Amino acid sequence: MKGWALTFVLAAVFGLCVGPFYWLAMAATHANSDIFSWPPRFYPGDQLVANTAKLEESIGLVNVLGNTLFVAVVQTAGAIVVSLLAGYAFAKFQFVGRNAFFVLLLSTLVIPGGVTIIPIFEMMNDFGLIDSFPALILPSLSVPFGIFLMRQSLLAIPDELLDAARVDGAGELRVLWRVVIPVMRPVLAALAVFLFLGAWNDFLWPLIALRTPEMYTLPVALATLQGLARTDFGQVMVGTAISSLPMMVLFLVLQKQFISGLLAGATKG
Amino acid sequence: MTLTLSRPGRVAVGRRSLVTKRNIPYLLVLPALLGFVGFKAYPIVAAMYISLTTGAGAARSFVGLDNYVRLVNDPLFWTSLWNTGLILVVQVPIMLLLALLLALALNSSLVRLRGLWRLGVFMPSLTGLVAYGVMFSVILRKDAGLLNWLLSLFGVDAIDWLGSPFWARIAIVIALTWHYTGYNAVIYLAGLQSIPKDLYEAAMVDGAGSARRFWSITVPQLRPILLLTVVLSTIGTLQLFDEPFVLTGGGPDNSTLTISLYLYQNGFRYFDFGYAAAIAYALTLIVAGFGIAQMRMQKR
Repeated sequence: MKGWALTFVLAAVFGLCVGPFYWLAMAATHANSDIFSWPPRFYPGDQLVANTAKLEESIGLVNVLGNTLFVAVVQTAGAIVVSLLAGYAFAKFQFVGRNAFFVLLLSTLVIPGGVTIIPIFEMMNDFGLIDSFPALILPSLSVPFGIFLMRQSLLAIPDELLDAARVDGAGELRVLWRVVIPVMRPVLAALAVFLFLGAWNDFLWPLIALRTPEMYTLPVALATLQGLARTDFGQVMVGTAISSLPMMVLFLVLQKQFISGLLAGATKG
Repeated sequence: MTLTLSRPGRVAVGRRSLVTKRNIPYLLVLPALLGFVGFKAYPIVAAMYISLTTGAGAARSFVGLDNYVRLVNDPLFWTSLWNTGLILVVQVPIMLLLALLLALALNSSLVRLRGLWRLGVFMPSLTGLVAYGVMFSVILRKDAGLLNWLLSLFGVDAIDWLGSPFWARIAIVIALTWHYTGYNAVIYLAGLQSIPKDLYEAAMVDGAGSARRFWSITVPQLRPILLLTVVLSTIGTLQLFDEPFVLTGGGPDNSTLTISLYLYQNGFRYFDFGYAAAIAYALTLIVAGFGIAQMRMQKR
């Protein structure tokens, strides 16, 4: 195929992929009644502010965004620390049970989430943690993929580099902080984006673990909106656009790290 | 604790007893270990026990294999299994083939603006499932939906995407394909770029045409990655939940009821935890079976 023909095909695919986002963004600026006019409105309207205000009224947009951001940031930061520490141990230390634990950890990657969800729900219920943020955050702190990714990347760091610091009298935490983390920055960024994406978009578990609308994260709040008999799509579209926006921005800014992080898991898994 | 006898004849003093050179790796893996035991190992065992019981809390009673007997005789379970298998068999091959073609095109030096297309193609896989579920439920509406409008330009009559059992399944397939094709294409692209260039150059010197180069170099070199995506997509599809949950709720007429959705309904709509756990274990068996079979193929 000639270059221009291929380029044309790719442009069409691009349109199919990005088109829905464009339409979504446009729909967010129209009133409910106009969203479904034929032909569809591919141009901006003047209802963005009104739709946003309605969304704030029905789900408490600001509060829900705050919840989502808080949970996603804490969960991401926690999982990164856990992954880095464990990955460091797996890559740079010999200890009894190392290989067995590592294999066990990885094997849980293929266990369907559905299996663990009921016991975790009962556990959280027993601890009185249902409808709290710890219920959302705690189960996601030990992420096998993250630990695996950290171990793989740390294996590539020469031991001499670490030993040099140790000879200078640095403790292990200091070695981690001063030597390992600076070298690992791109991988850590990739993992951070990956984990943040997962936490920001998480749906099933928050849906089960949260009870009161004040605690809802954005995906859960949006899902409840859609269940209403007469959905006001203007506000739903605003909410959906808002929930997609951070990921788009994060991805555009960090795309190189993001894809390399994704591939580290994919091509070596 | 002030004095600890760590080895015969040796005395360690104070806090030094915990942070020793020998203990460091254990301390480093401790958080991960706690998470693993608390939220993976324990729940997996607990779910096994729950699947042998009925009721919840104080009213829980042991019923042996009753839930599994009920499962085997439950037509809805078989429906969910059939639906999941159908989506798997139709959607995964279509998606992976499209992803491969897309990766080949994105890798071609003849194409202009490759970076832009690459970015756009990857965007759908960044969308949260609720966001994209909402988006698709609107795009797929029978009246005034975006897709039906697009089709009407070509003279196609309005299709009841979410209201008819046949089209609802197609709608799920379309949504899945839209969401995950770009993700797989990017994985393939990385694979393509890691194939040594001199392999192609040598083949061209030997007079191999582009088709020959594709089948004799590209496909064998990509084989591990191709198999990996098959395994990942299969496991993912077997656990399919979000799309039917948001788009169709499993309907119409249970035509898009998947195993995970059925699990969710029993567990968190009817609060029949024992039965839901039995479904979860059946699902685990299926996933493990597929996983092992595909790994075997990979080894050969």
